[in-house]
Amino acid sequence: MNRPWLLWIPLAVVALIGGLAIYGLAVPKDEQVHSAMIGQKLPAFSLPAAAAGVEGLASGDMVDGKPRLLNIFASWCLPCKAEAPYLEALKKAGVEIDAIAIRDRPEDVAAFLSEFGNPFRRIGSDSEMAVQLKLGSSGVPETYVIGGDGTILYQHIGDIRAEHVPMLIEKVNAAK
Amino acid sequence: MRMLALISLMLATPVFAQGSGPTPALANRQLPDPAQEAAATKLMHSLRCIQCQGQSIADSDAHMAGTMRAEVRQQIAAGQKPEAIRRWMIARYGEWVSFEPDMKGAGLLLWLTPLLVLIAGIWLARGLFRRGA
Repeated sequence: MNRPWLLWIPLAVVALIGGLAIYGLAVPKDEQVHSAMIGQKLPAFSLPAAAAGVEGLASGDMVDGKPRLLNIFASWCLPCKAEAPYLEALKKAGVEIDAIAIRDRPEDVAAFLSEFGNPFRRIGSDSEMAVQLKLGSSGVPETYVIGGDGTILYQHIGDIRAEHVPMLIEKVNAAK
Repeated sequence: MRMLALISLMLATPVFAQGSGPTPALANRQLPDPAQEAAATKLMHSLRCIQCQGQSIADSDAHMAGTMRAEVRQQIAAGQKPEAIRRWMIARYGEWVSFEPDMKGAGLLLWLTPLLVLIAGIWLARGLFRRGA
């Protein structure tokens, strides 16, 4: 054997694979699918009102120079119920919130609003999830921070909990 | 409230993530033109469902997959090229949404690894044969 260092190659390969396995176990897996639309303008859309007595939502409605939140929710979604008080808290803090109801019926949305409150300025109905797809949104609930010029600045995946409220207020204020 | 949040968390599985709205017509209806439908189906098998993650949108019954199938069929019917539709999806959900990674960055490594392993194998085998001779 004139090249004894060759003997070490299999060990190095096994060590590399073992190292990868340990790394894979140690690093928590991020199973969320993040939108690739961050930093881009809102896609053009125009949605009808999601319930009687509320106004529908078009992308142009969110381009008025004022940053806001865009909440993606559904009456059939349980975490959406859990986040309702925190959306209310955000509204009380002066944050304007628009919403899109996903795969929903007007009567279900109305029942949801009367039970959990309505912190929304406008609620569009995306019954076929087409706008959700355009936004790169992967589920409900999700909350986007939208700049005053209609730029998507941030995507919060999952329900808003108490600890997320100050962070979202901060992000909206930073966009002013 | 904390209890409600906890219960919601326990129930927050995709099983419940369904909803009551209509399914887009093109989610489960083929395009009239067989060539277009074939192109759409081929693309659908290589796009990953956002909701169920492990399945292609052609194989998944999730609503999100239905919406994505409808989007693919609509764009194919409008004359869009399959690769352009793939890029449309990637522009919204990132490289992750495609089962056929691009040949760049980590994707390039993925494509080239089998080739590199083959070259290494030939090189090793060559050494062995020479020694045997």
